[in-house]
Amino acid sequence: MTIYLPIAELSVNIFIILGMGAAVGFLSGMFGVGGGFLITPLLIFYNIPPVVAVATGANQVVASSVSGAITHFRRGSLDIKLGIVLLIGGLAGATVGVVIFSWLRRLGQLDLIISLLYVVFLGTVGGLMLIESLRAMRRASRNETISLKRPGQHNWVHRLPFKMRFKKSKIYLSVIPLLALGFAIGILTSIMGVGGGFIMVPAMIYLLRIPTNVVVGTSLFQIIFTTAYTTIVQAATNFSVDIVLAFVLMVAGVIGAQYGVRVGQKLRGEQLRALLGLLVLAVGVRLAIELVVPPEDIYSLAIGG
Amino acid sequence: MLMKLIAAAAFSACIAAALPAAAQNPLAAEIIGQETLDIGTSTSEIAITSDFSGADLTIFGALANADQLLLAIGQYDVVVTLEGPRDWTTVRRKERMFGIWVNRTSMTFEQMPTSYSLASTRPVSEIASAATLTQLGIGIEHLALTPTGYLSNAANLGEFRDAFRRLKQTAGLYQGDTNGVRFVSSSLFKATLQLPANIPDGVHMVHAYLFKSGEFITERELPLRVIKTGLEDAITQAAHQQPLFYGMFSVMLALITGWLASLIFRKD
Repeated sequence: MTIYLPIAELSVNIFIILGMGAAVGFLSGMFGVGGGFLITPLLIFYNIPPVVAVATGANQVVASSVSGAITHFRRGSLDIKLGIVLLIGGLAGATVGVVIFSWLRRLGQLDLIISLLYVVFLGTVGGLMLIESLRAMRRASRNETISLKRPGQHNWVHRLPFKMRFKKSKIYLSVIPLLALGFAIGILTSIMGVGGGFIMVPAMIYLLRIPTNVVVGTSLFQIIFTTAYTTIVQAATNFSVDIVLAFVLMVAGVIGAQYGVRVGQKLRGEQLRALLGLLVLAVGVRLAIELVVPPEDIYSLAIGG
Repeated sequence: MLMKLIAAAAFSACIAAALPAAAQNPLAAEIIGQETLDIGTSTSEIAITSDFSGADLTIFGALANADQLLLAIGQYDVVVTLEGPRDWTTVRRKERMFGIWVNRTSMTFEQMPTSYSLASTRPVSEIASAATLTQLGIGIEHLALTPTGYLSNAANLGEFRDAFRRLKQTAGLYQGDTNGVRFVSSSLFKATLQLPANIPDGVHMVHAYLFKSGEFITERELPLRVIKTGLEDAITQAAHQQPLFYGMFSVMLALITGWLASLIFRKD
């Protein structure tokens, strides 16, 4: 059964889109990530124009992060004050990102930059995750105790001014690194169509030493708003949000996520992280190959002045 | 009063000057009975529905005042084209840079038809000289491809023009059928044009050109509206005309979907 996507302006097989949404939803539920970093490249592999894939990906992430954030809110593992500070930086970053996005699109370099950013980020994050989890697995087999640096230990980040107290997270931290982190990820949200959880979560844990229990919920909370904002701004400036595509993806995604969560609970942490690392790395490599292999036609057309 | 007089004088002077020129033009044509052309299409509007997979457009035409002898020996030729809405089109060329393929050079062509189909009695190159075809802009090879802006790579102009034509043809947007026009009687002809599935919406123009022994005689044109219909159209319209509301609506839809999911799958 084919379905016509009015904004992407092409007909696609609805079952492939449903399958993609469900698979990514399953993985995002299993690993506790938004899934934007998987859905956007998958859509690009399926010949959806990158411009549409990015904007629609952001819209789909809104749905998956809302259901995740609600769960965390009920459990009390969401620091709203911390989320709002991150969000202020995030919204500023997303605004700048959309301007960059439109500019790259006019230059004809948008597709390249999207691919490059994906290759760099997926390669780095996937690689680090894989190495870290393999180490953890080796330690576990040798029955060694893990000596992670305890959260609460101080580094240069904790010497910055403009400190603020976050009661729920039980931390006293400068707003500068929080705003900067939000800003950087806001830019990525606009350009890559991701929520940025896969960068936000490690940065909050390892760089800012925020207690792990509030990190995922708080990151999801702020992702709802940055992706929602990005969707609206992308729709208003680039007219590139495909609501039909987004809706099919999000319905399949939220259902898939529920089953992913159940499977995820049965797997061990380091195995889970190793699998996710492999997956992230694979998507990055696939995109990298596309950049290096000679294209079928070195010429391309773009309509409009 | 004086002004009126001057205007009247100027007007009559104009007519006097124009008379010799008019002797060779339409006025004279009626007297010696020059050929005329009339066309009609099977429809003036094409609706793109969600399952649109291309369509055929039939154009009927009548030839009047034709020389029966020349007609019998096939000296009359008809070319029918359908030109899509025009827009600036940029052709970009990738080059290898640090091992990866990057868009390096580009060229923008002025107001090119987004789609172009052609049907004719014979291959256009046999109908008239290349110069005539280029002047009239008939045929994919003869469409005027005028680059705009500063040309840093004028030497590659031919290459970019070829790429434009090739890409348009591979996308199915430019096509030609050299047997698409048939005479059904001595003065009636029928042309069939294929509309691709990805035909752009907007006002298209049907052009019919008449040639006699390789010489261009006359031309007729008719507009054809291609419109999207149904839900797809409503969505496209909303996305372009109310982009802010459209964006907010998309977000609302996502918020509700996510919220419903967390309600339905609540585990307690």
